[in-house]
Amino acid sequence: MSQQFSLFARMGKDLPLNILQELTQQLKVSRVMHKEVISLPPTTSMHDVKELMRTHRISGLPIVENGELRGIVSIQDLIYALEQNALDQPVSAFMTINPYTALIAEPVMEALRRFEKTGVGRLLVIDEAGNLVGILTKGDIVAGLLHALHEMYAQEEKAQQKRQPRYFFEALDSEDTSLTLRYQVQFGDFTHGGRASAHIKQALLQIGASPQLARRVAIATYEAEINLIIHTNAGGSIIAELRPNQIMVMAHDRGPGITNVEQARQPGYSTASEIAREMGFGAGMGLANIDRCTDNLNIWSAVGVGTRVEMIFEVPPEETSSSA
Amino acid sequence: MKAKEIVQILNGELVIAPAIDVDALCGFGSDLMSDVLVFAEPQMMLITGLTNPQSVRTAEMADIPLIVFVRGKRPAAETLKLAEEIGIGVILSAYTMYETCGLLYNAGLPGLGRIETKQLA
Repeated sequence: MSQQFSLFARMGKDLPLNILQELTQQLKVSRVMHKEVISLPPTTSMHDVKELMRTHRISGLPIVENGELRGIVSIQDLIYALEQNALDQPVSAFMTINPYTALIAEPVMEALRRFEKTGVGRLLVIDEAGNLVGILTKGDIVAGLLHALHEMYAQEEKAQQKRQPRYFFEALDSEDTSLTLRYQVQFGDFTHGGRASAHIKQALLQIGASPQLARRVAIATYEAEINLIIHTNAGGSIIAELRPNQIMVMAHDRGPGITNVEQARQPGYSTASEIAREMGFGAGMGLANIDRCTDNLNIWSAVGVGTRVEMIFEVPPEETSSSA
Repeated sequence: MKAKEIVQILNGELVIAPAIDVDALCGFGSDLMSDVLVFAEPQMMLITGLTNPQSVRTAEMADIPLIVFVRGKRPAAETLKLAEEIGIGVILSAYTMYETCGLLYNAGLPGLGRIETKQLA
């Protein structure tokens, strides 16, 4: 039921009728009835009944003897007593015996059916032993349904928050959670260049990273991805390992290797091809920019073997769910 | 500065409306995507002559919501498709980079100011 409800809530549509129907089946009379009932013994005078109805603004009073329900007196009965000029007589002379009742454990649906069938304004609620435990009006049912809907909505909102976490990795529980994303990057493929970085950025945002963190990781990863496209001769791979407190992105290739890593890290140093420059890259800013975006940058390279760039990003403590 | 206003100032063409009616806070003109990646700020607008998909990818990574392509260049279909998918607005300007930037700057869209060299190191 709640799944259906959430679907419509998300779609911003009106509550479908079948949800109300289900709710009236699930909701028990005990949840919506009035528990504090004013009841009277059969010996009460009609005069006292009139006063009680007036001061409490009620239109029906159950009559109880030794805990057991004997009948009900309504305004109609009072009017009749007034017409007879018999206010000094006991209520037992005017009450309706065998009043309509509802069982405390019944679904609200059953009570609604009885209201419809009998046309009465209230049902007296009894337990299995026949003791009066409450009173129920149509208004109580409406209020109870509204309350139940409200609760359902609040629960649904909580569940929704779990699905769209506000904190990094909030929705996952384990002693050591990590999520690994792997991508292949083709040499010279400028058309699809950036796809891996875009996917990693989206994944970060989906699991609750802040836009700032996602952006920092995306920019560094994108530079590394472009490097694979520009500088390798066989492309390479990008592996992102996401943990609640740290993100590691590794760009690995079996390309030509970097002759002098220290030199390559200097801003402006470039060995990029003309094509790379036409694509808006190869200005020698890549590694320097990666350095700026990462908390830790490790580069291993051997000429003729390949290069491994390891970028580490610390998740700010205020973003981890444990501090929330 | 909103996309509609930019189109008016440049007498340009709004090819793709941004997914959100974004208000650009500053502009950055460059054909060098590496530089864009270094200096990009959120809600910064990119003005470039580079019409291949990498301009859009760069914007995506750096949270740039709007791109103005200069010199009357019309980006290839794949570039526009990518922008539409991501929700990045695309405006075409028939003016050169220099004039496009000048017109927007005159109309009140600021740049990033002086760049401290240490930011680059």
